[in-house]
Amino acid sequence: MSDNDNIARRKILGGIAGMAGVSLASGVTLFSFAGAKEPGDAVTSKVRWGMLIDAGKCADGCDACVTACFKENGIGSTGRPESDPQWIRKVEVRDPKSGATKSLPVMCQHCAEPPCVDVCPTGASFKREDGIVLVDKHTCIGCRYCIMACPYKARSFVHEEITDQKTHAPRGKGTVEGCTLCVHRIDAGGTPACVEACNDTSGGAMLFGNLNDPMSEISKRVAKYNTRQIRADLRLDPGIRYRGL
Amino acid sequence: MAAGSKITYQEINASPGFYLGLGIAGLVALTGLAAAYFMESNGHHVTGMNNQIVWGAPHVFAIFLIVAASGALNVASIGSVFGRTAYKPLARLSGLLAIALLVGGLAVLVLDLGRPDRLIVAMTKYNFKSIFAWNIFLYSGFIAVAGVYLWMMLERRMNKYSGAVGLVAFVWRLCLTTGTGLIFGFLVARQAYDAAVFAPLFIALSFALGLAVFLLVLAATCALDNRPLGDDIVRKLGRLLGVFVAALLYFVAVQHLTNIYATEHHGVERFILLEGGVITALFWIGQIILGGLLPLVLLFHPALNKARSNLYLAAALVVLGGLAQLYVIIIGGQAFPLVLFPGMEEKSSFFDGVVSTYSPSFPEIALGLGGIAIAGLIVIVGLKVLRFLPASLQGERR
Amino acid sequence: MIVLAAAAVFLTFQTFAASRTPLPFIPKAVQKAEEGHAKVMRRNHMNLMFHKRDQTVRKGIRTDLNSLKGCVACHAVPGPDKQPVSFESPQHFCRACHDYAAVRIDCFSCHTSKPPGGEDLAVK
Repeated sequence: MSDNDNIARRKILGGIAGMAGVSLASGVTLFSFAGAKEPGDAVTSKVRWGMLIDAGKCADGCDACVTACFKENGIGSTGRPESDPQWIRKVEVRDPKSGATKSLPVMCQHCAEPPCVDVCPTGASFKREDGIVLVDKHTCIGCRYCIMACPYKARSFVHEEITDQKTHAPRGKGTVEGCTLCVHRIDAGGTPACVEACNDTSGGAMLFGNLNDPMSEISKRVAKYNTRQIRADLRLDPGIRYRGL
Repeated sequence: MAAGSKITYQEINASPGFYLGLGIAGLVALTGLAAAYFMESNGHHVTGMNNQIVWGAPHVFAIFLIVAASGALNVASIGSVFGRTAYKPLARLSGLLAIALLVGGLAVLVLDLGRPDRLIVAMTKYNFKSIFAWNIFLYSGFIAVAGVYLWMMLERRMNKYSGAVGLVAFVWRLCLTTGTGLIFGFLVARQAYDAAVFAPLFIALSFALGLAVFLLVLAATCALDNRPLGDDIVRKLGRLLGVFVAALLYFVAVQHLTNIYATEHHGVERFILLEGGVITALFWIGQIILGGLLPLVLLFHPALNKARSNLYLAAALVVLGGLAQLYVIIIGGQAFPLVLFPGMEEKSSFFDGVVSTYSPSFPEIALGLGGIAIAGLIVIVGLKVLRFLPASLQGERR
Repeated sequence: MIVLAAAAVFLTFQTFAASRTPLPFIPKAVQKAEEGHAKVMRRNHMNLMFHKRDQTVRKGIRTDLNSLKGCVACHAVPGPDKQPVSFESPQHFCRACHDYAAVRIDCFSCHTSKPPGGEDLAVK
């Protein structure tokens, strides 16, 4: 279903982009859809995709983002939670001194300096020009060094055979995987499934956008409010930021 | 001392011991291969490893073998680089053992991959910032250098170059163990790692493990092949082992004291040293007492180190201690949870903030033992077809 | 050798379909492709797929021509229940030849071998 939606959306977007190209001088974008690209264009570093998560709006016990991600990417449970992959999870953080708690989603933080990319022997773990950190499963040998190197526990190893994968989310036994920021949606001009679900059904705690565009909503909010990156001390410059931690 | 050229080297005999060794090693190696196939066709969920503990028993065995390999070459280096003629007759076995152990270790590492069928990818695509990628070159280079070194020693015309090649081999093996240690040393994410001391720590570990394995293989070969083995050489090797074990304990102390001093790392140290259950027991009983202090007593106590059996016992204990140490480093380092929010308590469906447990499964252990058996097969076949060992290691009577 | 073998396979498919040699059954595609598609693909599909998968995965280039999804959709083979078969079935387009040539492919350990949408896609 979502595949067809995506194809349709992509065709429409392609059309829009085409029209824009005809009617406007090149390089001028009127709609704040910075980053929308033609299917044939390669991604560029003009865009840095990121997310702003407002922990104040993230409800305790709500896992709409997790459910949406698992549905979108065809991640099922085998009843073995220790070896089941998790691309996104809700982490409950509690201050032992005051007892104050916060609940927030944690997924691949799409670092600007990703340690998983540093350690990967084959270069399968890589960062796209637009800042999305991915595993090229064609060259992943399943050594799990990236899982050892990730400070966020964002990567999972696929411990058993998978069938009936989603067309847009290839996954297979013996390789490492993690949040793709729904790259298939982004390339079609969409937003990640978790963000969409959070906006549709929950508090709207997640905002997705281009951190390199000063006019984007995310950039404005990052400029205005005090936001934090998880383990900022490691200086990995994650693309996922949190507010109200 | 007799001149080196006077030594007569001989292949081992086709004795019952030879066939027994070949048979046992072959069987264990086959079991290891079957275990790898089982893990591969079912996926890693049949092992004790999971998404919390992603490196398990196979990695303990593999790194044990790789570290021991670089250490096993030391005996040759002591002879040709440091000019100790007493060690010269042992140099060839040292080179053979080094290659065999490394091949065994790499076999385990490769067979545990999620996609071992893609080994060709690892051989053709490199990310040169990855320590694993460096290690692929360091390991294959080590086999090449050790091979050339053996050739220089075995071929009489080439003997004159063995000193120079030996020096290259010695430097190479230091780099190799540095690379192995830095697999952990450069991991900034995990509390138990992220310390440059892992490089010298692994070098000290390799000196101790390599020599212990060498001593045991030498003793077993001489016993099974009825070759005289003099007290002199065994005692020399024993004393050296004691020095290496002491050095290893020193680096272990530095490793933990560094962490104990920094408040940030108190959590992980409390886990390893006090509250880690199996890990804590393996550290104190396995690594420190049985693998460190007891061997030191056996090797240096004037009443105890007279008996050769005590020296062999010490070597065996060092081997077990080394396995325990690598288990503590590899499994213990992963079992302690990642700290996403320093100072906070974390909880999630993905086991954040929780100490993970791991129990090795049979296939994993079988694969690890299979690697040891592959190394054994190479040594046994090598000793049979080429002249690696002197007919007598009696030494000079005084 | 490989070229010869490929040529031989090609010729067998084309000319001697009625001979006694056992031949693979090549299923018809759903849509008509442009002229020469079959000829180019028969020889070069693996190189093109390698090239285009890297473009897609690494650079985000996602044209219809880059899409494995497109190949799988157009070459879908209906099973007894009129639904596209998966790679499990020997009738699957890729298997038809690869079984015959005894060449193992790795695509479908991760990618789905069925067209997107499954039942939504009309298979004629």
